[in-house]
Amino acid sequence: MSEVVNVQLISALSKAETAAIEAEIAHLPNRESAAISALRIVQERRGWISDESLHAIAHLLGMSAHALDSIATFYNLIYRRPVGRHVLMLCDSVSCYVMGYAGIREALIEKLGIHEGETTADGRFTYLPNVCLGACDRAPVLMIDEDLIGNVAPEGLDEVLARYE
Amino acid sequence: MRCSRAMNKPLTERIDAAEGSGGRVSLDAYERADGYSAARAAITSMTPEEVQGVVKDANLRGRGGAGFPTGVKWSFVPMGDAAGPGHKYLVCNADEMEPGTFKDRYLMENDPHLLIEGMLIGAYAIQADRGYIFIRGEYHDAARRLEQAIAEARAKGYVGDQVFGSSFSVELAVHRSGGRYICGEETALLNALEGKRAEPRTKPPFPPVSGAWGRPTIVNNVETLCNVPAILRNGAAWYHALGVGEDAGTKVFGVSGRVRNPGLWELPMGTPIRELLEVHAGGMQDGFELRGILPGGASTDFLTAEHLDLPMDYGPIQAAGSRLGTGTMIVIDDSVCIVDLSRNLQHFFAQESCGFCTPCREGLPWIEQLLADIEEGRGQPGDLELLEKNAEFIGAPGNTFCLHATGAMEPMNSALKYFRAEFEAHIEQGGCPLRHGKAG
Repeated sequence: MSEVVNVQLISALSKAETAAIEAEIAHLPNRESAAISALRIVQERRGWISDESLHAIAHLLGMSAHALDSIATFYNLIYRRPVGRHVLMLCDSVSCYVMGYAGIREALIEKLGIHEGETTADGRFTYLPNVCLGACDRAPVLMIDEDLIGNVAPEGLDEVLARYE
Repeated sequence: MRCSRAMNKPLTERIDAAEGSGGRVSLDAYERADGYSAARAAITSMTPEEVQGVVKDANLRGRGGAGFPTGVKWSFVPMGDAAGPGHKYLVCNADEMEPGTFKDRYLMENDPHLLIEGMLIGAYAIQADRGYIFIRGEYHDAARRLEQAIAEARAKGYVGDQVFGSSFSVELAVHRSGGRYICGEETALLNALEGKRAEPRTKPPFPPVSGAWGRPTIVNNVETLCNVPAILRNGAAWYHALGVGEDAGTKVFGVSGRVRNPGLWELPMGTPIRELLEVHAGGMQDGFELRGILPGGASTDFLTAEHLDLPMDYGPIQAAGSRLGTGTMIVIDDSVCIVDLSRNLQHFFAQESCGFCTPCREGLPWIEQLLADIEEGRGQPGDLELLEKNAEFIGAPGNTFCLHATGAMEPMNSALKYFRAEFEAHIEQGGCPLRHGKAG
């Protein structure tokens, strides 16, 4: 990579993003250790991690983009492809399975017209499977963005989805 | 170190008392109920070795699943000059991802200062100057509550330089994870904390000697650390007296599945399974019968109706062939097909393998596929023997760096042991006799 390209890539991170990442680095022994936090910080603002974002973060942390990509692709909550305005995660682990996960999944696929890993044509929802969300007393459970929604029933899905435009 | 206040629900009594504010314990409420008095007393008037000694005497055992004695673990950390130059770390494992487990989120969201006080005492006991709470990425509310609580504690002089006016200093920070179940394995967690892929490390060296960034590190579960303040305040003898069986203290037990009243309850260690199921969880829902339980999460062996009088203690559950695990049980009712349930469990473990060791990376998807074949009518005579043979190889400790595959095979082997006839019926009848169950 040439110096000129690097300058452009650094400018791809906003001041706020850079400041938030530097704040993480401040309590760690070295810059690369902030890799996952940095990916999260940028994703929070941009929805996903593009190649451009990846290169900019790698440069800020002083590591190669390939090394950072091997980390980014390990973690299921880091998105290397664009997602919709809302990310819907349906728990498919054992308690939800016992409490009727299959029926919720079927209804979701029908209502959204997409399968796991896909985004609706209008860019409203991305549907992802997720492991146990830690609310098993309210199974079946799903999470939309940062909202945990329990005791989900197929007939109540319309009302839940309507809250997210 | 004794106090007139002797709680019998040291983990959740304050949460119960805060019912008016939605169960959320504020710093004020926490301090009014003796909060931070144990950390202050330990840090200003006891030696680290004395603190370790009290926790060892109390026989507090790890509440994350393994049950290792906490005080003994702490005593493995080199002290003084023996530790060499650099930081020492206390890491709280708040990566609650064992399917069926929902206890740590409850504690962190409602009483974050209890965890922070436990961490202060733990950090002092091993003379760690850095503490991290490694929390799973989906626990947004809990992470925010902890960050706020750390800021409140710092403003009071309880976190940071010279805490409680002593010569001891410790920094605390929350690390939000990027996902993956394997991060709950303590050496995988340390790699994730260091910003790397969460692949477990070979052991030895063990983390108390060489952990985060190669420095002495203790990893303790949320609930384990939440037990520490009351142990220091009330003493080891008090803690022993809380348990009704062979283990000390209380436990946040949980029940999920088709019971009338699923939930969490802090009860004495040694509470019988039957009491949890029938009294606290209200018994089975109408029209459903109990077939089995996974007593402590997805990676624990099945138990059945014949085991209901066992106490929820580490020893007796292990003697019955399972593990106490996280103490949050999943109830399996008679609408559930055990073969399809096993496929669900093995899908989880196959997906969550970090992919480093071959038996786990290649073996678990193979087991999942064989179960799918049996469920969907492609089973062959001899498949169960094949399943058993491979489960034995994949699950044998020592064939892989960590115990992920071993844990995966616990419910697999016990499903074959208790429900073999159902597997055989699938093969004989060319598919699932239950057709995924009456409950849908």
